[in-house]
Amino acid sequence: MADVRAAETPAPLDLLDERLRRGDGWRAVAGGLWQRVRSGDLGALPIVLGLVVIWTVFQSLNSVFLSSANLVNLLMESASVGIIALGVVCVLLVGQIDLSVGSVSGLSAALTAVTFVTHGWPLLLSMAAALGAGALVGVVYAQMVTRLGVPSFVATLAGLLSFLGIQLWLLGDTGAINLPFESDLVHFAQLAFLPEWLSYVLVVVAAGWLFATGYGLARTRRAAGLSARSTSLLVARSTAVLLGLGFAVWYLNRARGVGWLFVSFVALVLVLHYALTRTGWGRSVFAVGGNAEAARRAGINVRRVYTSVFVLCSTLAALGGMIAAARLAAANQATGAGDVNLNAIAAAVIGGTSLFGGRGSAFSALLGILVIQSISNGLTLLDLDSSFRFIITGLVLALAVTLDSVARRSRVAHGRAA
Amino acid sequence: MNDPVKDQAAVPEGRPILSLRGVSKNFGAVAALTEVDLDVAPGEVVAVVGDNGAGKSTLVKVLAGVHRPDAGTLTFADREVTVTSPADAHALGIATVFQDLALCENLNVVQNLFLGRELRRARLDEVTMEIRSWELLRQLSAKIPTVRVPVASLSGGQRQTVAIARTLLGDPRVIVLDEPTAALGVAQTAEVLNLIERLRERGLGVIMISHNMEDVRAVADRVVVLRLGRNNGVFDAEAPTEEIVAAMIGASDNVVSRRAGRARSVKGEA
Repeated sequence: MADVRAAETPAPLDLLDERLRRGDGWRAVAGGLWQRVRSGDLGALPIVLGLVVIWTVFQSLNSVFLSSANLVNLLMESASVGIIALGVVCVLLVGQIDLSVGSVSGLSAALTAVTFVTHGWPLLLSMAAALGAGALVGVVYAQMVTRLGVPSFVATLAGLLSFLGIQLWLLGDTGAINLPFESDLVHFAQLAFLPEWLSYVLVVVAAGWLFATGYGLARTRRAAGLSARSTSLLVARSTAVLLGLGFAVWYLNRARGVGWLFVSFVALVLVLHYALTRTGWGRSVFAVGGNAEAARRAGINVRRVYTSVFVLCSTLAALGGMIAAARLAAANQATGAGDVNLNAIAAAVIGGTSLFGGRGSAFSALLGILVIQSISNGLTLLDLDSSFRFIITGLVLALAVTLDSVARRSRVAHGRAA
Repeated sequence: MNDPVKDQAAVPEGRPILSLRGVSKNFGAVAALTEVDLDVAPGEVVAVVGDNGAGKSTLVKVLAGVHRPDAGTLTFADREVTVTSPADAHALGIATVFQDLALCENLNVVQNLFLGRELRRARLDEVTMEIRSWELLRQLSAKIPTVRVPVASLSGGQRQTVAIARTLLGDPRVIVLDEPTAALGVAQTAEVLNLIERLRERGLGVIMISHNMEDVRAVADRVVVLRLGRNNGVFDAEAPTEEIVAAMIGASDNVVSRRAGRARSVKGEA
């Protein structure tokens, strides 16, 4: 019976080839996913499993870890380095690296504090100045890399030292400038939480929007004679998001709730995800990361792509530094120093962005920083000092990169993009 | 896809769309090309053959606008033109597929086809791009099962097909193929040769660089031999292989002609 029907309805335009194994419904979807995982296209699977393991371990060691209050704190703490990691994702996608994001974030914090507190500039002007300085740093890197041919590794390593120096010089002898608690920036980073009703509205909007865009795309594709996701699958996906996010928000609302800071970070992730996957700019970023010479011959202005990415990275680093200072209500010599740099890069890589360019997603910054911050937070709860935190974060990074390399080999063997 | 010949200055039947006359190119003391002539008409496949160092690659680069010739003229559609950059060649309608294909392996077929000329750059029109990709690949009878896989997972022949199809999106009138079958197996070579037939049917002028005589004889209408940077004869595709090989290496006494001679004498005795 089913065979007769299949013969009557014409196959979609993109599934005509007889070599394609065709299937409908849930079994085909599950089978396709399993096939992808087996061939080494792991996606976000290892990181989600990793998070589950980390959370289970820490919860069994200290029952405070998964409490609402602690999770609220964890999310708020992850925003600043997460924003920096977003920029790192972009730079890694074109196959370059920025080792100075920590210093640039520290410089931006110092610049904001000096202009705002010491010189009494309006807050927005101080912030704009710090972001502008970040963008300028990116322009300088891009010029060094594209015009002078300096490897980005070296250019940004030099920047790491220089900008740390400028940060220390700006902060002066005291080495720290406190930001007033009543300023909007500190309030936003520490005390601004969504009202409970608004957090639920946002969850519903997110799930509805996911369904609407998916359904709209499926309808256009079907109208054009192409294969499309089935409506039941789209409904299931949106329902899962609705329930998952709904539960998370409900749980966080047991304590202080969802911070505006974290929501803004997620919004940035979504905007960047759109830009990377749905715009011509994003396409050229992936193309340059995959094969810069091919991109150049296809008429893409490779130099401009590099510049845009370096500027974006430094600007996001500057934004992250500002937020780190606001979280602390102070810009000091330690802002952006220590492990911030490596945490941001590690977050991007742990989240699944390839160090070799051309592979990754904005969501890897979000997932990666959750892993890093969970480890850091859990170890702090256990009263273990930073030595352990460094060791364990280092091991997780090594594990993630190893997994990426192994999966990459498997992808090559299965004829998928390396 | 528009018909490539439509709404462009028509070329009278049989007249060349692209002519090179007396083209020379020197690299320092080395004369890579010396007074080379080459014609290709719409719907004609011209093979350029030659030994290593015969100047084939230099000729491709001159046509692609990478190298500027030191002397000689290029006539395109009965108009004398100068090609000083790849963009010039592109604007005229001369598309070149280099041997390395220049595809992004991490991107899928549609993304590669439309790379650098995406539709609606602020919000990519994936559906239209996918449909146009399918139309194009169908017209070329390309054997690519799905366009949503990364190019890394395609075979060499399929990649060659994608690279050629991509040039067709720019509505060229002449396509230059640099060693299109060099790295391919038997089936893949046949696939690419079929594709070259399709290009001819579409009325494009095809210049194919090759040193595989079998492939050349399979699709070419004329064979232009280069030797040490100079024209060394034009043959039609029916010409005996040993004659063409002799022109390529500049001697009639070689293993190909000897064996052919033996075969003939054996046949004669039988």
